[in-house]
Amino acid sequence: MRSLWRWIVSSSVFLSITSVHANGWNMPRGVTDVSGEIYGLHMTIFWICVVIGAVVFGAMFYSLFRYRHSKGAKSANFHEHTTVEIFWTTIPLLILVGMAVPATATLTKMYDASEADLDVMIIGQQWRWRYEYLGEEVAFTSNMSTPRAQISGEEGFGEHYLREVDEPLVLPINRKVRFLMTSDDVIHSWWVPELAVKQDTIPGFINENWVNINEPGIYRGQCAELCGIDHAFMPIVVHAMEEAEFDAWMVERKEAMKQEALGVDREWEMQELMARGETVFESICAACHQSEGQGAPPAFPALAGNARLIEDREWHIQTVINGVSGTAMPAFRNTLNPVELASVVTYTRNAWGNDTGDSVQPADIARRLAQ
Amino acid sequence: MAPKLPPTYPLEHSATTAAGSQAPTHHAPPRGLLRWLLTTNHKEIGSLYLIFSLIMFFIGGIFALVIRAELFQPGLQLVNPEFFNQMTTMHGLIMVFAAVMPAFTGLANWMIPLQIGAPDMALPRLNNFSFWLLPVAFTLLLSTLFMPGGGPNFGWTFYAPLSTTYAPPSTTFFILALHIAGISSILGAINIIATILNMRAPGMRMMDMPLFVWTWLITAFLLIAVMPVLAGVITMMLMDINFGTSFFSAAGGGDPVLFQHLFWFFGHPEVYIMILPAFGIVSVIIPTFARKPLFGYPSMVYATASIALLSFMVWAHHMFVVGLPLAAELFFMYSTMLIAVPTGVKIFNWITTLFRGSISFESPMLFSLAFVVLFTIGGFSGLMLAISPADFQYHDTYFVVAHFHYVLVPGAVFAIMAAVYYWLPKWTGHYPNERLAQWHFWLSVIGVNLTFFPMHFSGLAGMPRRIPDYALQFADFNMLSSLGAFLFGFSQLLFVLGVVLCVRGGKKAPAQAWEGAWDLEWTVPSPAPLHTFETPPVFKRPTP
Amino acid sequence: MNNQQQEIFEQSVGIRRTVGRSIAALVGMFAFAFALVPLYDAFCRLTGINGKVDTTAQAFVHESVDESRYVTVQFITRGSAGLPWKMDVETQQVRVHPGQPTEVDFTFSNQSDQSNWGRAVPSVSPSEASPHLRKMSCFCFAEQQLQAGEKLTIPLVFQLTHELPEEISTITLVYTLYPVKNRVSQLSSQQTQHAGGTI
Repeated sequence: MRSLWRWIVSSSVFLSITSVHANGWNMPRGVTDVSGEIYGLHMTIFWICVVIGAVVFGAMFYSLFRYRHSKGAKSANFHEHTTVEIFWTTIPLLILVGMAVPATATLTKMYDASEADLDVMIIGQQWRWRYEYLGEEVAFTSNMSTPRAQISGEEGFGEHYLREVDEPLVLPINRKVRFLMTSDDVIHSWWVPELAVKQDTIPGFINENWVNINEPGIYRGQCAELCGIDHAFMPIVVHAMEEAEFDAWMVERKEAMKQEALGVDREWEMQELMARGETVFESICAACHQSEGQGAPPAFPALAGNARLIEDREWHIQTVINGVSGTAMPAFRNTLNPVELASVVTYTRNAWGNDTGDSVQPADIARRLAQ
Repeated sequence: MAPKLPPTYPLEHSATTAAGSQAPTHHAPPRGLLRWLLTTNHKEIGSLYLIFSLIMFFIGGIFALVIRAELFQPGLQLVNPEFFNQMTTMHGLIMVFAAVMPAFTGLANWMIPLQIGAPDMALPRLNNFSFWLLPVAFTLLLSTLFMPGGGPNFGWTFYAPLSTTYAPPSTTFFILALHIAGISSILGAINIIATILNMRAPGMRMMDMPLFVWTWLITAFLLIAVMPVLAGVITMMLMDINFGTSFFSAAGGGDPVLFQHLFWFFGHPEVYIMILPAFGIVSVIIPTFARKPLFGYPSMVYATASIALLSFMVWAHHMFVVGLPLAAELFFMYSTMLIAVPTGVKIFNWITTLFRGSISFESPMLFSLAFVVLFTIGGFSGLMLAISPADFQYHDTYFVVAHFHYVLVPGAVFAIMAAVYYWLPKWTGHYPNERLAQWHFWLSVIGVNLTFFPMHFSGLAGMPRRIPDYALQFADFNMLSSLGAFLFGFSQLLFVLGVVLCVRGGKKAPAQAWEGAWDLEWTVPSPAPLHTFETPPVFKRPTP
Repeated sequence: MNNQQQEIFEQSVGIRRTVGRSIAALVGMFAFAFALVPLYDAFCRLTGINGKVDTTAQAFVHESVDESRYVTVQFITRGSAGLPWKMDVETQQVRVHPGQPTEVDFTFSNQSDQSNWGRAVPSVSPSEASPHLRKMSCFCFAEQQLQAGEKLTIPLVFQLTHELPEEISTITLVYTLYPVKNRVSQLSSQQTQHAGGTI
């Protein structure tokens, strides 16, 4: 009941301060040649429809007005006219052909399979995106960074509410980038309107799309295919950079990957693991298992006070590394490094009163994954 | 709008035989609840269908209002995302399978025998059975909302693997409910085909049938062709979930995209199942109130049949972004665009029927005219969606939501309301309160457009469908949509009020309740007695 | 009256005939839905829709090597939840001529202390290329069993046909490892269980 009251109050406040956000009501022209062509097609067809609509509705409203019974109109009795009927079957057909020609040209262009300068693998996961730069040893996961407190209304909305991530996909401009798309669980759809790329990611299958961005900038989108509870909360942010800037970023990012994975060979202190683990948990695990580890049964089991987790350390490690088939729990061996794996297992074994007191060392995880 | 009785009937026999006053030879029907449970009378079963559909329309509508209330502003205020997904799913399932389809079946039950001069449906007991399957199916479906893990939450299109491997435990019941509803539709369709093909009044050829009968005949064929495919798909889902097969799972050698092909092979004809009878209704009402015969009757029939045939060749336009090869994209784009031709023919015919007519604007006519305009707008957005390259931007956004709501709400639903206002005098013997009906009409038209027109913009601006919370730039459009939805929703109470008042009393209606109406149903008294046309009437073609 | 009885009789015969035909159509359409599963599979393989690959070994075709043309073939290996295996490929991409037979080694390692069954499901992009990819030998033809800690190297032998469309310059082959559940032990590893009834 309190939430209902809050809703009514905040709605009325919102109603009075709204209308500042209406900054777009048409398809964006976008920043690629293809997106520009699609925008052109969209507007062309739109205006054709407007013209047809004006003619058709014009004739209709004229008849409604002119032949009113109340004005004593006497009805005629004709009910067929072959010429007219042939006319209005063929004219629309010609208009359709006129639309199909440019549409076919654009579509053929979109299916261009020529060699790309950069290949990026895009993987949909409930509910985040993973990007892997093929042949570059750079890969990362991109999570929504909007705090849950904003969604629940405890905090005010940020500027890019629901359309901000912890790490954007970085792409160069003026280079052909090929996207290879797949999914780890259900079907998602990767969509950035400014790039005119929308493609389903299908578990077990690979899809392809490409982009050649003309202007640097930050472009935002989100998952377009219903993929479960947090479908609304898997945004996409693309940061398009000048080529030189991109190359520098790539070098830097590779170095950072190495830094992040560092420390596998040394013994980690409990506090270190807990601190690192909390960061990993908040960005990766909390969406399902919730920030207090309470979960959302039956789909997402609670971790706090989970008897099996507390008693069976080995099972706990195996579940995090290998995931559970047919659930939203992925195999994190594929996406997290040994330090992150060890720290997040340690964190979940000791947070929220689980207090097992034991820890898992990165070296132990690394050994398991190295065989 | 006092309708004057024309001097002649298009029938040769007298009204008294048509009235067939309940002769004592008829066994006494059981009373009370049992009477409705056991009835085999097409009129009573028709009423049952219509009442059921009205109740479901309100339940589905409440779900829609939950959705719109949550989307009134950004942030999560009323429901959590899990429940929101159940609401979108249930809203779609209930409106499609429990509101629109049964409403058309109800109208078919009531009117097809009356329009073709048959005493009843061909298989009256089967008719009773197919109705009573519906409450069972949808009670079961609604009960899943209270099961552990909640009801179906994967959208009314239930794409695998979200609806199989990742589905809540209640999915098995969802499948069972859909099977039962499907059997009900199939039995209804068989009955309608058998009635139309075998029980027309002597002298009535196929090309003499009112268009409502024609469109329903074609719809029934569609139902027989695609409901078994739906049954097949959900059976495969059931096996994937419970028996370890992997039709739709890549892990076992299956393919999630196969699900979509099968589903839309059913789903696209299903869309036309929900609109063809509406075409029929409008084609009957517009000539009545334009006092002029329908323009291009044969081309209307052929256009309906071509739309039905084309519907089997366009399914993958729902799947332009799943990664189809270029050739498939082109094929489905062209075939989809082609549908615009027969649809255009229908719209032009309606408008030419109005041309040089003598038009009056009673509530059935108002709803039909709104149908023509707003359905055409939905047709335009449909044409835009058919353009495959542009669909890469439109797909799965609110633009699509706007499109199919334009063809289904001011399309199918308005046509059903037009039909109810049109035939209420025949059903109850009273005219509905015209003032109330006009209020209902105008509020509905404003509500519908306020709800769905802004959705075009939110979709084009980038808002995906089926999300419980959205980025701030979509806030204004969503607020408008929500206001419109509540306006539309509450105006429907006027509809219920109008119907209830009309059942209880009102201005007496003569046998021919509308001046320009001349189909067979207007030759029997109003209200139509329980048994009509026990002696088949002799159909006489109207000579214009 | 006799006339009317005759009419009623004819009517009921007509109704019975209509119902009979409708039921036949219903049964036919239900069967058709299931028939679509193998049909779709076959259709996909023929046309390459969805990047489906023929999962039976094909014969090597002796044809000239088209040295005027290079095609890049990329290999990507992916794991999935529930299978503690690692899959590595010796090289991430090769450049080949159409017609040239090529062998690439893939290594599977079971990193758990239990033996289990897995299967690598292939997918090819762009899908137009998949009918032109001739696989003479591939691990994806069969389910594999690995003992605890076992490591297994299996080659993929393939050849691209000359008919590969001109505009395709890069082909990506993705293998996703999936656990095999409820495996019936007496099935030989050559037989794959497939719900659609095809192998």
